Order: sequence, then structure tokens, then C-alpha cells
Amino acid sequence: MTSYILRRLITAVLILLGASFIVYLMTAASGDPLWDLYGNPNAQQLIPARVEALNLDTPPVLRYFTWLGGAAGCLVPFADTCSLGVSREGQEVTSLLSFAMGQTIMLVTVGTILAIVVGITLGIVSALRQYSGLDYGITFLTFLCFSLPSFWLAVLLKEVVAIQFNDFLQNPAMSMGSILLISLVLGVIWYLVSFGRPRTRILMGVLGFVVTFGVVYFVLATNWLNHPFLGIPLIALTGILVAVIATVLMAGLRNRRALYAALGTVLVGLVLYFPVQSLFKGAGVWTVLGLTVVMVLVGAGIGYFAGGYDRGQGARVAGVTGFFVALLLVLDRFMQSWPSYVNSGHIRGRPIATANSATPGLTGDFWTMGLDRFTHLLLPTICLTLLALASYSRYSRASMLEIMGQDYVRTARAKGLSERTVVMRHAFRNALIPLATLVAYDIGGLIGGAIITESVFAFTGMGQLFVQSVRNVDPNPVMGVFLVTGIVAMVFNLVADLVYSVLDPRVRVKA
Amino acid sequence: MSQPQPIDVPQPVGQVPEAGEKPQDVHGKSQGQLVRQRFFGNTGAVVSLVVLLFIVVLSVTSLGVVPVPGWWKWSPDATGTVLDGGRPTLSLLPPGLGEHPFGQDNLGRDLFAMAMQGTQYSLVVMIVVGVVAGLVGTVVGGLSGYFRGWTEAVLMRLTDVIIIIPLVILAALLGRLAITWVRSHGLPTFATVVALGLLVGLASWPPLGRLVRGEFLTLREREFVDAARLAGASSGRIIFKHILPNTVGVITVNITLLMSSAILLETALSYLGLGIQAPDWSLGRLISENQTAFATRPWLFWWPGVFIVAIALTINFIGDGLRDAFDPRQRKFNPRRAREIGSGRDEHASDAATTATASSSGGAAGTPAADGGGVR
Repeated sequence: MTSYILRRLITAVLILLGASFIVYLMTAASGDPLWDLYGNPNAQQLIPARVEALNLDTPPVLRYFTWLGGAAGCLVPFADTCSLGVSREGQEVTSLLSFAMGQTIMLVTVGTILAIVVGITLGIVSALRQYSGLDYGITFLTFLCFSLPSFWLAVLLKEVVAIQFNDFLQNPAMSMGSILLISLVLGVIWYLVSFGRPRTRILMGVLGFVVTFGVVYFVLATNWLNHPFLGIPLIALTGILVAVIATVLMAGLRNRRALYAALGTVLVGLVLYFPVQSLFKGAGVWTVLGLTVVMVLVGAGIGYFAGGYDRGQGARVAGVTGFFVALLLVLDRFMQSWPSYVNSGHIRGRPIATANSATPGLTGDFWTMGLDRFTHLLLPTICLTLLALASYSRYSRASMLEIMGQDYVRTARAKGLSERTVVMRHAFRNALIPLATLVAYDIGGLIGGAIITESVFAFTGMGQLFVQSVRNVDPNPVMGVFLVTGIVAMVFNLVADLVYSVLDPRVRVKA
Repeated sequence: MSQPQPIDVPQPVGQVPEAGEKPQDVHGKSQGQLVRQRFFGNTGAVVSLVVLLFIVVLSVTSLGVVPVPGWWKWSPDATGTVLDGGRPTLSLLPPGLGEHPFGQDNLGRDLFAMAMQGTQYSLVVMIVVGVVAGLVGTVVGGLSGYFRGWTEAVLMRLTDVIIIIPLVILAALLGRLAITWVRSHGLPTFATVVALGLLVGLASWPPLGRLVRGEFLTLREREFVDAARLAGASSGRIIFKHILPNTVGVITVNITLLMSSAILLETALSYLGLGIQAPDWSLGRLISENQTAFATRPWLFWWPGVFIVAIALTINFIGDGLRDAFDPRQRKFNPRRAREIGSGRDEHASDAATTATASSSGGAAGTPAADGGGVR
């Protein structure tokens, strides 16, 4: 194993060297680094200065080795010899990179997690209902997501969703006719994607109509969009829903003990509602994290002691419920800050931001700044999620279909296991194995992968840095971006292979 | 579908997947005929093919190809008076194109003409990418898979080097190179389009190369290759007559999918200003030029996007249809049927359930679903 990893790492270094040489030469050859200075009245001084600063007199091949010498300094630990050169404006590439990386990671994390969760869920569901209306619908949607040009989607979100929604917020009212129309459309969609006997499907359609109508009416009647709240009743309702869903998926409703443990966790969360409010006053990230951990532990504890014959299962169900209850509590606190955030002088009632990563000049406590981050990340995250969702959904669907045709699944059915156990225990877990590789590869590619989304939403991340430097024919920042993406990709490729061999014992790495 | 069928038995190789048809009716069909038949039985893919052909014909004939003028009266760079604020005149009831079906920009240029030029160029880039990447990928993958040894070592390390550079980064740099090169040689701007296609093609072959290598690695160990070698066939004959025909499916499908990502890549590059340059129009450049006018002239933004989505979507569906058509193991697993049969309910017992099942699986059998294999 060790020799395998060592061998992979040595090859990786050699490949990285070769690729970095190619990238450097291509960047240097891709244009004239002085192009913006020719019309400048001060060209006489500026051109020699830049030639001097960027060492343009030496041929690119030699400049590459200068750069490599500086980059090699990064390998010496704690020596502070790390230098990736300077950009055209004279900034250190290392500091540019560390800022850009922070921004990009902030941008892509939530989008990736959402894409993985939603994509896999959609894929599994459509595999379980193969050739149903739901399956065809999901298939078409994923193909559409595959085919969406990212920049078009991003501009669309920016110009249509954000601006229209902000306009709508000024006066959130709809005529009864349009509420009915929306509910009707959603009811029809529920009918089309539901499955089973015609009577069940019609019932689902009616249910969809009623639920949509109720939600829209409630939101409008209470002016929820401008004064969002959860409060104890909504937390209780959502919490019970979460508890039931978690039980159905992870233990089956027949396991009453697990269900009661999950419901008990919800109850604990509700009891904690008022004490937690004062705790949240001067809160920070650690308070929120702490609360989440405490709730998960409380849930797991209740589940463990109430679990009866299967303590592990009870603990898992109630722990997951606890996590979501903590989430609801935090969400409720964020919502309490929403009106003051929206009406503050910097926002002026148009909360959904279309550019930048934060409102300039806005100051406030943890909750206000969190909301500000949320409104800025919302649109890019939707965009990235939609774009990345398609491949996860397709892969998980294919993988699930293959697993469901395996002999051991038939055996599981034959020995009388419930459908839930067959799907969740035998099929789902195995279907995830190939996806682990995909996820690892994707994370490797993501750090540099949001170039277009970043440029549309004016996020000053890695992508923006790269595009700007390519336009300026400025090799050092380009090399910095490449180095980070290349190393991350290499490492995650290795991780993907190792994870696969751990998850699937049939696959062995060549030691 | 009158008899409950065993659910898990794979269809015998070579049998047409249409249900109810007896095997002896279909004897004597070549692999090509089978693939064609399966492909044309796939509604989604056929509709996509028709739409794509329509777009190609529309863009080629409306503006014409360089020496041959097309039937459309405006040229993409001709300015004119702005009529009715540049609003689109296309109408469905009564059907008519009007003066400017897609509208005009603020200089009075005709959006239909611009969009058609953009479509033409995007299609050219796409086809060039497909040809270049397909050729290079097949050759590299085939050679390294067949000959192994140092050929494989060298070629696969080359693939590793290229694959580690993120495609967007590589393509952006190559796009810049293409623009600089065309400008410094004083070539017509159209050369950028071809050069862009060539270079993006040279950047996007490695995944295909790896796939083809994998195929060659398994096929070269098969008995029929051994038999050919024992019969004295040369390497060239084995590659071209015995192995390559067996990889046509994988190669075609992947080139198709590669082309759909190529069109997204080209438009994205043009949007960033690193692809097709003024005065030529690309669909991506149209969007980037006009996104600021979204509030006043939204149609300038909608139409180019619709064309990009339409082209990419149809190609994806065609690729998926091809994948299903080339895959001889069309396994159909239907969990609902499995549960019904598994729980001992036969089809006559509950009528409602049977109707739903029969209609859904019958439809599936008639049109080998648009999504049989999924992305692998």
C-alpha cells in the first residue's frame, strides 16, 4: 500500500512538472504582455518598467525555471522561502491565491453538497420507479441541466429571478386566480410524477393542489417573505415531519421505539427553544456548531436508551433528527434578523444580491453577516447545484439500476425482507460505491471549476483571477491557479482510487 | 405482455428488444441494421435528430456558405433603422416571420442573422472538435492499448499531463493562442473559428483516449484476436478489421457527448471574450454583448440561449440513443413488476395495477427508453 501511494505521488510530481511547463509556455505565447501600454502617453517609462519587473527580456523557457525555483521554495517547511512570483500589478501570487481560494471554497462548498445530495436522491428515486412519469421527468430535467450553458443560466438567475423576486418583495401579493393557477399546475405535476393506481395518483394530485394552495396562502397572508418566522408551531411541524421521514428511511415505521426516540428529540428541541434564544444573543459560529453537536448527541442518547432490540438504529434515527432540529432552531434565529437586515440602509429592501461576495460597508452581528452571506451565495449556489446535479443523478440512477438487477438483491427479496431493507440496506449502499469515486474526482475539479459562474456574479475567486490573468497575458497568477487545481486534482484522484479499494474489497490497488 | 415474463433474464444478444416478437422473425440482421433499428425506435433520439437537422439546415441555408448567398435578406453586420424598439416580429398566429423575426439590437442589426451566424460557427467548432478529438483519442488510445510496452507508457503519460490541466483552463489558453496566431498572420476572422475548433479538439481528447485504450486492452485478449493472429494477420489488419469495429459504439457515443460539451465550452469561451472575436458572432458572444440590455431588450438574450440549449440537448439525447442502440445487453428491470410477481400477485388479480404496469412497461419495450444505460 505504502509503496503504491509513494509510486503514485512520484508520478504525480513528474506529471505536474510537465503540465506546468506546458501551461507556462502557452500563457507566455498567448499574447503580448505589453498590449495595454501601447496607447499610453507614459509608454516610454511604463514599458521598460514592466519588462524589468516581469523579466520579459529572458525567453519564457528560462523564466519558467526561475518560477520553478521560487515554487520549489514552497516545499521547504517553515522556511518562508515560498514564492510563486508576482502579478503584473506587483502583488505576490501567494497572497492573491490564498484570498481567491477562500472565496472559491466558500462558493462551491454548499453547491457541491447540495448537488450531491439532491442528485443522488433524484437518481435513486428515478431508478426505483424506472419508466414511470417521474423517471421520464427527472431524465428530461437532468438532460436539460447537462445542456444548460452556465453563463446563460447565471445571467438568467441574476436578471430574472433576483430582480423579479426583489420587485415582488416590495409588495408581496397575488390575486386569488394566480394562486389557484400555481396550485393547479403543481397539483398536475404531483399527479404526473406520482405512481401507483389511478386512484392513488389522483389523490396525490389533489393533495399537491391543497398543500400548495395552503402554503402559498399562508406565506402571503402572514407576509412571511418580509417577516419570515418559524416559531414553536412550525418547528414542531417540520420536526415531526423530519422524524417520521428519518424513521421511514432508516428504521421503518414498524420500529416504534426509533420513531418515539426521534419524536422525543424533537420535543427536547422545542423545550430548548426559549433557553437557546438568550444563548444566541452574542453567538458566533462556535455556538451554532456546539448546539448542533449537542442536539445530535442528545438525539443519539435518547435513541440509544430507547432503542430496545436495535440500539444503533434508534441512535442513528434520533441523531439525524437532532441534527435537523438544531438546524431549524438556528434557521429560526436567522429569520428573526431578516426584517432588520432587509430594511437596513445598505440593502434597502432588495435582499437578493446579484454580484460580489458581500455587501460593502455592511456591519452587524453574526446573524446579520450570515444573512448577508446567504443572499450573496444564493444565486451562484443555485446555479452550481443545477449544473452539477445532472451527472450525479445520471450516475446514481445507472448504478442503482445495475445493483437492483443483481442476484443478491433477488435473494434479499426472496428471503422476505421488506422493500425498505432491500433498497436502503442492500442496494443503496452498494450503489454509492462508484459514486464515491465520482465525488472525489469532482471535488478535485471544483476548485478551479466555477470560472464562469464566478465571472458572472463578480466573485473574486480563482476563476476570476485566472480569466483576468489570461487577458493580461500574466503567467505567474495563471501558474498559481493551475498549481492549486492541479495538485488538488492529483490528490483527489489518488484519494478516489484508495477510497474505491477500501469500499469495494474486490478492487485491489497494485501494491 | 400478456404473460408474466421472468424479469431478470437478459435479452439474448442479437435479439431485437421488441416484446412479443418471435426470435425467428429477426434472423439475419447485421450489427449495423440492429443498431439502426434500435436507434430509430427511440422516440427521443429521433425527435432530437430531426430538430438538430432543422437547426443545421436553417443556419446553413439562411445565411448561405461563403460563396453561395442564403435566402435571408439581412446580413449579420448590416445596421439599419430600429423598427418598433427592435421587438421581435415572429408570430405563430398567424404564422409569419415579419421583418426581424428575432428582433434587433440597438444598432438595428438583425438578431436572426446574427444568431444564425453564431449557430453556424458553433456548429463548425463542434464538428471540428469532434473530428480532431475523435481521431487523436482513437489513435492514441488504440496504439497504447494494442501495442502496450513503451508506446503505452509514453502515450499514457502524455494523456496524464494533458488531463491534469482543467479543460476550461487549457481551452481558454488555447483559444487565446488561436486568436493571437490568426491576428498575427493576417488571416480572415473565420480562421479563428476553425483554429479554435482544432485547438479545443486537441485539448479534449484524453478521456476518449483512455476509454479507447481500455476497450483495446480487453479486446486484444479475446479469442477471436488470438485466432486472427494465429492465422497470420498483421497488426494493422487485426486493429482495423477485428478490434476497431468492436469499439465503434464506444467511440461514436463518446464523440457525440464530447461534441455537446464542446459547444458549451466554445460558447462559454466566447462569452468570456477568449473565443470567437468581433466582428464574427458566436452564440456566446451574442449573450455577453447583450446581457446588459436584458431589462430593455430581453429577446437579445433569450434567442441565442435557446439555440445553445437546443443544440446541446438534442446532441445529448442523440448520444444517449446511440448508447442504448449500441448496447446489446438491454436489461430491463422493472421494480414494480418485480414486487408484483414477488408478492405472488398475478396480473389478473388486480386490474388497476395491471393496466398501469402494462402500459408503462409496454411503452418502455416499444421505445427502448431514452435513458437505458445512463451515464457510465
